[in-house]
Amino acid sequence: MADTMQFDLVSPERNLVSVPVREVRLPGAEGDLTAMPGHAPAIVNLRPGLVTVVKADGSETEFAVTGGFAEINGESVTLLAERGHPRAEMTQAIFNDMMAQAQRQVKVAQERGSVGEEVVAAAVKLLADMEALGTHIGLDPNQSNFPH
Amino acid sequence: MPSLKDLKNRIGSVKNTRKITKAMQMVAAAKLRRAQEAAEAARPYADRMAAVMAGLTASAAGSDMAPRLLAGTGEDRRHLLVVLTSERGLAGGFNSSIVKLARLRLAELRSQGKEVTILTVGKKGREQLKRDFGDLFVHHVDLSEVKRIGYDNARGIADEILERFEAGSFDVATLFYNRFESVISQIPTARQIIPAVIDEPTEAGASSLYDYEPDENAILNDLLPRSVATQVFAALLENAASEQGARMSAMDNATRNAGDMIDRLTTEYNRSRQAAITKELIEIISGAEAL
Repeated sequence: MADTMQFDLVSPERNLVSVPVREVRLPGAEGDLTAMPGHAPAIVNLRPGLVTVVKADGSETEFAVTGGFAEINGESVTLLAERGHPRAEMTQAIFNDMMAQAQRQVKVAQERGSVGEEVVAAAVKLLADMEALGTHIGLDPNQSNFPH
Repeated sequence: MPSLKDLKNRIGSVKNTRKITKAMQMVAAAKLRRAQEAAEAARPYADRMAAVMAGLTASAAGSDMAPRLLAGTGEDRRHLLVVLTSERGLAGGFNSSIVKLARLRLAELRSQGKEVTILTVGKKGREQLKRDFGDLFVHHVDLSEVKRIGYDNARGIADEILERFEAGSFDVATLFYNRFESVISQIPTARQIIPAVIDEPTEAGASSLYDYEPDENAILNDLLPRSVATQVFAALLENAASEQGARMSAMDNATRNAGDMIDRLTTEYNRSRQAAITKELIEIISGAEAL
């Protein structure tokens, strides 16, 4: 069996990354998981978090994504994310923007009572995951100046 | 008969017009290339999304648990028409052709006794529809400040649509936009987005091969709103490319017309100049003869 597989990180606007990799660590909605060549085919929902890509030479690259989903099969991993940034390029400004978006979603969900508990809970969870992501990579989640 | 001076002025002004249309054509050509690149770059995401959706819905569509965005509200009475047009004119028949298609559909739906509401994106479509159907407008999205269409714009529009769907104000939503075929051909297109229309899965039974985490319905619930945004985004990009294409060929025509007009005016100018000279000569000669 081949010891690498194809990894694609695709955003709605363009293809961000396309490299052969040895393994990919994904922040699944129900827990982290690692995909390696020969993984059983799966479609996994993602929470906001860090995706770690291990290239063929063992070097690791990390990407911050704001959720989305990943399609895994034995030969490739395709990650569809609405936003994805290499960790090195994650600045406070970008993160503030992401936070503001998550906060807006919570607010919208809370204001529209009709949508039900689940949607509100999901939005709150998204916000919490986003905060965790920020803390993890050393950015302050409280700087986003979204009016409460 | 216009004087020589008048003719000269007209020629000058048509020449200026030609310069402007020529410049607009070249700008449109440059923008068209960028718009086409953007549309090209967005394709992988949309294709993947469609493929996964096709697989998922094949297994979910039959069950009673299917989300409303997929299965519909069970009715077909109230329609929302989302009309995507441009913010600027001078693009030939670009906006009129979309509006015409929307009008046709509207008349058809009304004759079947359905309720219709309209959501407009872009100033031009709004202007054209306002007089007849102003009372049907539920919302307008203004993109005039947007230089480069991004996914965020599409998501904003999708959120407006989804919010109204959640609130139960329509059963079926249809997008109207121009599909880009080539510089000389843009095809006005209507595409139903709610309930979702799913392309036939390319590989039969592909869905059963996958493990889903969490379960299929949870993923589907998460995916359907994204899919709406993706389709709006794709339509916006097609529209942007079509707009530039339409403007390019309209301005090409205008430039050519201006050139023809200049030729005609120049001929007329030369003729009257020659006529004036001949007249003067005749006057001089007959004056000399009279002596």
